[in-house]
Amino acid sequence: MFNYLANPTRFLRLQKAVQPWLIAATVLVLGYGLYLGLFVAPPDYQQGETVRIMFIHVPASILAMGIYVFMAIAHAVGFIFRHPLADAAAKAAAPVGAVFTFISLATGSLWGKPMWGTWWVWDARLTSMFVLFLLYLGYIAVWQAVEEPHRASRIAGIVALVGVINVPIIKFSVEWWNTLHQPSSLLRKGGPAIDPTILTPLLWCIAGFALLAAVLVLHALRAEVLARRVRQMELAQVGRAG
Amino acid sequence: MLSPFLSVIGRDVKLAFRAGGGIGTAFGFFLTVVVLLPIGIGPDQALLQRIAPGALWIALLMSVLLSADRIYTADYEDGSLEVMAIGPAPLEVVALAKALAHWLTAGLPLAIAAPLLGFLLNLRADLVPGLLLSMITGSLALSMLAALGAAVTVGLRKGGLLISLLILPLYIPLMIFGVTASTGGQAGPDISTSSYLILAAVVLLSVVVSPVASAAALRAHMR
Repeated sequence: MFNYLANPTRFLRLQKAVQPWLIAATVLVLGYGLYLGLFVAPPDYQQGETVRIMFIHVPASILAMGIYVFMAIAHAVGFIFRHPLADAAAKAAAPVGAVFTFISLATGSLWGKPMWGTWWVWDARLTSMFVLFLLYLGYIAVWQAVEEPHRASRIAGIVALVGVINVPIIKFSVEWWNTLHQPSSLLRKGGPAIDPTILTPLLWCIAGFALLAAVLVLHALRAEVLARRVRQMELAQVGRAG
Repeated sequence: MLSPFLSVIGRDVKLAFRAGGGIGTAFGFFLTVVVLLPIGIGPDQALLQRIAPGALWIALLMSVLLSADRIYTADYEDGSLEVMAIGPAPLEVVALAKALAHWLTAGLPLAIAAPLLGFLLNLRADLVPGLLLSMITGSLALSMLAALGAAVTVGLRKGGLLISLLILPLYIPLMIFGVTASTGGQAGPDISTSSYLILAAVVLLSVVVSPVASAAALRAHMR
């Protein structure tokens, strides 16, 4: 699969075949998850209806972190195996990850106002999410600033890899500094600390968001492959004319 | 290997002192922050005392960041960087030397001067040794990361803007551990030794990662 996709034409063919099914799966899973979360799940006994923000907030946060790790792995693959689509995949994933990070920050802010009484606090998790957003912006800015694509991909790879080394350090440092946000209740010793009536829709939403991310990244990757092809054709044309 | 390393350091230090280099600029900026701060927030001695260590750290960090893009820009433009790249020492060693030279001419002098300027902010005298130690240690990583940012953005027209965006996230852990090592932060003074040890660990990590990553970035730019 890995080597098979090293040929961009094959990738385009596969992507075209898979995309409608992925879109259908996204609509079904995300729709079902949101329906369960927004209409079926009971309101929380303390937080009332605001708990429903969670069905957007938690999946967006998980994907925001997951996509950054994906980008770093993609660049590592690009550096080690010279896989022609790896850095393009990272480039395609970056705006998607940045938007998920923004959604996580925005919904968290909306949730924080009724629960904590303030839009924003400099709490550990909020701070590290904000820093992750800055890392995304820096990464995207590198692609914008370096004109020659091959050079841009190497520089962006260095930025992504240094960033991913730094993510756990940032996380640890801000926890050292200040903590107000509740700790993770999903992944912890002794199983999730959430009632099944809320956990089930949450898991559906997470799966739906992951499918959505896959659809968007594959689509952006297709656009990137085509853009590179156009660039090569233009260069060839200039070469023939000159 | 050692002699090109030392000669790059010597050259950069000389240039910083003689060619109207960055030392003056960095000092001036540091002084500006320290003087403007009490004027901006009012001359309340108790408040100043509370925020002094953090304020000095911010001033140090900004001054180092301000002088970051002089690390590679001039050498990249006049071609000396290419001479260094094909020279006897690996580019990683050159990158380490350049970052150390920046520390010697920006981070270290500012860290030593900071407690003196701290008296303008009513800094508690008993915090001076801890602050001095954590700033001298931490500024090494500030310079290492600044050099990395400079290497990544060398030769870009919008480099100055990009460098701050790229380095800011990397500076946050240093800022946190540096300030808690100086004061103990919210948790009180007990925490300051462990903060200092973690700060030192992050510094060592940056000394390893920065030259390798900078050299890779410089090679990509000079291809």
